[in-house]
Amino acid sequence: MSKKVTREKAPDNVLMALQEAQTRFGYLPPEYLTELAESLDIPVNDVYGVASFYSFLAIKPLGRNVIRICKSLPCHLKDGQAVIEAIEKKIGVKPGNTTEDGRFSFELTNCIGLCDNSPAMLINYDAHIGLKPKKIAGILEKYE
Amino acid sequence: MPQAKVVLKNCGSIDPKRISTYVKRDGFKALDKARREMTPEEVINEIKTSGLRGRGGAGFPCGLKWEGARNSPGDEKYIICNADEGEVGTFKDRYIIENDPFSLVEGLAIAGYAVGARQGYIYLRAEYHYLLDLLRGAIEQAREAGFLDSFNIEVRQGAGAYICGEESALMESIEGNRGEARYRPPFPTVAGLWQKPTIINNVETLMNISQIVLKGGGWYAEMGTERSKGTKVFSVSGDVARPGVYEMVLGSPLRELVEELAEAKEIKMIQIGGATGRIIPCDMIDTPLAFESYLGAGAITIYNTSRDVLDIVGRTMEFLEEESCGKCTPCRQGMEWMVEVLERFRRGEGTTRDIGYMEVLADTMALSSLCGLGQAAPFAVVDTLKYFRDDYEKGISGK
Repeated sequence: MSKKVTREKAPDNVLMALQEAQTRFGYLPPEYLTELAESLDIPVNDVYGVASFYSFLAIKPLGRNVIRICKSLPCHLKDGQAVIEAIEKKIGVKPGNTTEDGRFSFELTNCIGLCDNSPAMLINYDAHIGLKPKKIAGILEKYE
Repeated sequence: MPQAKVVLKNCGSIDPKRISTYVKRDGFKALDKARREMTPEEVINEIKTSGLRGRGGAGFPCGLKWEGARNSPGDEKYIICNADEGEVGTFKDRYIIENDPFSLVEGLAIAGYAVGARQGYIYLRAEYHYLLDLLRGAIEQAREAGFLDSFNIEVRQGAGAYICGEESALMESIEGNRGEARYRPPFPTVAGLWQKPTIINNVETLMNISQIVLKGGGWYAEMGTERSKGTKVFSVSGDVARPGVYEMVLGSPLRELVEELAEAKEIKMIQIGGATGRIIPCDMIDTPLAFESYLGAGAITIYNTSRDVLDIVGRTMEFLEEESCGKCTPCRQGMEWMVEVLERFRRGEGTTRDIGYMEVLADTMALSSLCGLGQAAPFAVVDTLKYFRDDYEKGISGK
């Protein structure tokens, strides 16, 4: 689902290099962070600082698909909690975790700007809107 | 005052994937007019006459910002479009880009001409990755059609951080760093991206530019109130029958938007401007929608009488605590404490003394935080302490 990030400038830009690596490896392995720091001749903690700052960059391995369901107020008001629980039940892990088979990582996220059709979530970069607990199984089925 | 379509005039009327449909509706005429018939100073004057103020929340006069960057010494200048819409309950910029990316490209190109920049960036939040192809497609088509001959536009993607919608954090992020706010001065118009003169405009602000250039600043200034000219696009969500995007002439009553258009019933309170916005009770619903009262980026979240005030405020504070960049102490530590205390009130374990502490802390944060996030973070607490004090009293231990 996720598309290749095309590099538009030389990767002396730490964030862009990390975004590219995130797409390539699915997370940012420690060896990669060290390598990047060496190639840019900057301390590895600077690279780690950027890597750990952004919620779409992961310093631990993620599942093949990442579910990010919105927990902010507009979704919460439309019973987002019931959908969160339906996902928990379906994949068998709580938010913040990855399924044992590595198929899904499950995260709660802040407002994703889909409040006109809440509750809403992103799976990888796909938007799913107007969620209901009973729709969850059908949606998750499409992600292998 | 009615709804009006200035920013959204093409939404639903053009095919956002085909530039020809945009050109048919006077697309790129304003850019052509600016380049052929107007000096950059004349363009800036038109924007100043219009009274257009920034639509991202802060409301800074757009023409003054442009003039500042134009007059700053330096050959290299940048224009940034802030498409990092992350305020809770805001989705208008997503709707705009989905429906009319070309007006944004044209507005950006006119800004480039006026300020003397050859490079523009659109900083698109990671959560809107699905808009990337559409946006890049619009830029590519404009380039192929010869509209971007002396101006380059690059889309940069965010990586998930609310704070990057704050302009100095946004520039840090484009430079590849952690999205932490900068000290000001210097202001971006003097030393912004890579320390060059830079203007950062919200998506919606730039959507107004082509029509101001075509029809004149005077035409635009006829709409609105004394200090709030033109129209504003609102994102309405929460306890309403018809959530969505509505464009209103500034100065319109909040009641019209909330009750007549979005069909809200049994309103308890309204949050205007998302997590860093203001909260007002239902009896203030005749407040005009304008910079003179409350506006923010135009997020309107409605809560009905079944909602718990402390739950709403607590969740708002939790959001801001998570999204604080952590650079300055008042915001980083202040948010943590606010969340902790509100937790206690929600469990019925608050104390009377805590309320006083919250008020003092709110003042301290507003005065001493580095950027708008920390400065505006305590608003939800301050406003509900003012209008819904009883709900806090109920959270005091032993009551």
